[in-house]
Amino acid sequence: MFKHIVSGTRHIGHQVIEGAWRLGVATRFFFLVLLKSGTSLRRFNLIIRELYFTGVLSLIIIIVSGLFVGMVLGLQGYETLQKYGSESAVGTLVALSLVRELGPVVSALLFASRAGSAITAEIGLMKATEQLAAMGMMAVDPIARVVAPRFWAGVISMPFLAAIFSVMGVFGGYLVTVVFIGVDEGAYWSQMQSAVDFRFDIVNGFIKSCFFGIAVTAIAVFEGYDAPPTAEGVSGATTRTVVTSSLVILGLDFILTAFMFRGVS
Amino acid sequence: MASDNLIEIKNLNFSYDTRAILKGIDMTMRRGQVVAIMGGSGSGKTTLLRLIGGALQPSSGYAKFAGQVIHQLNRDALFKLRRKMGMLFQFGALFTDLSVFDNVAFQMREHTNLPEAMIRDLVLMKLHAVGLRGAHHLMPNELSGGMARRVALARSIALDPMLIMYDEPFTGLDPISLSVIGNLIRRLTDALGMTSIVVTHDVQESLKIVDYVYFIADGVIAAEGTPQQVRDSIAPFVHQFVHGEEDGPVPFHYPARQYRKDLNLEETVV
Repeated sequence: MFKHIVSGTRHIGHQVIEGAWRLGVATRFFFLVLLKSGTSLRRFNLIIRELYFTGVLSLIIIIVSGLFVGMVLGLQGYETLQKYGSESAVGTLVALSLVRELGPVVSALLFASRAGSAITAEIGLMKATEQLAAMGMMAVDPIARVVAPRFWAGVISMPFLAAIFSVMGVFGGYLVTVVFIGVDEGAYWSQMQSAVDFRFDIVNGFIKSCFFGIAVTAIAVFEGYDAPPTAEGVSGATTRTVVTSSLVILGLDFILTAFMFRGVS
Repeated sequence: MASDNLIEIKNLNFSYDTRAILKGIDMTMRRGQVVAIMGGSGSGKTTLLRLIGGALQPSSGYAKFAGQVIHQLNRDALFKLRRKMGMLFQFGALFTDLSVFDNVAFQMREHTNLPEAMIRDLVLMKLHAVGLRGAHHLMPNELSGGMARRVALARSIALDPMLIMYDEPFTGLDPISLSVIGNLIRRLTDALGMTSIVVTHDVQESLKIVDYVYFIADGVIAAEGTPQQVRDSIAPFVHQFVHGEEDGPVPFHYPARQYRKDLNLEETVV
């Protein structure tokens, strides 16, 4: 019995040390990427190419999801608000939910599963097929040439995708409440305009999505670069990217929300 | 004449943690030579290439490239040195997101300021040397295994290196592609006056093209010589390797308990 407790404790300790060690490696890698970003920032066409793959190709999923999330928000919001006779406030509800929370968070979750997993898989496979080693042997640093452009492309695209998501959501809410249900159009827009503050709501939402963009792409490039060069290694790394990013997004969102909105209004 | 030796390896030792991979390797490779390094799987051949490429640090001893001790160089000097080296990886390791043309042009674009028109001519010349000028517009996934390796060869000679290292260049090729690659290695070495190191299992093909052979077993040089000396060797290890015999100094069986005991055919004393 005592033996089991000891070995169990030892196992937990081992896991914790392993986790802390990996976090340290990941942090060092993150700073290394920042340090070696000079090349890709000078040769911006490297980033533009990745912007297409991470940003532009994520547009469809972001637009469609944003539209539906907004439509559901409008529907649920209307159903609840009309009980209190304040269905004209539905525009405010939709816009604030989207701009403050759902826009940055849901688009970051989608971004992690659409682009984050792709980045991890691509870098992991480049490593498994020795492309990164070959690049190193050609005296070209793979972190500067392969990792940094993907990182910056992700960081740049995330706020735009979150903004597009929110815009589509507001439009979806409009479709359902104003066009289908018949809420007054003037009330929908004017209540929204008076309730949403640029500095307080939109800028804070933008800051959130910047944090999420950095977190998701940093996790994605690290997992890809760190993946064992085998089929299971790459698939495991891809899964970890999505799981870790999702948890980090939700955790970060709580912390950021606490700082941004707690006790202010 | 010392300057005639491009690679000098003296008493090179390397271990992963406590496991010794290479133990006291001595080698010299002259300019213009094609040298084969042979040995069973896991004997440390690829490790040796990585040490020459500066990707690993030796535990003791050194490897010199053109008079410079490789592991003492700092990062910038090492990267500068690597521009004089080419490496052909086992399956080519072509960049899958770039076309054949862009793969060969990669180093020229990264390391030189040559105008695009000149890069185009140079790339076509390199591709012509491996017989694939007509395939310059293809993507790597459209190539056969042999073609991919020829493109990788063209890519590794892009900046006219002094040394090319080949990591198992013959693996998984059909007989025609195999002799094409073999002949290319010899022809390019002679035409460009460089040195080639071929790590390989393929005894028959490599003995046709190389000038000198080293056999590595258990981290030491088990035998060395010219292809003729190797063919005539009566040393048991070399004989087993060259003729592909199943049993010999390299045993067929992984170390195990006595067979009869494993099958419980012998009374065990309790």
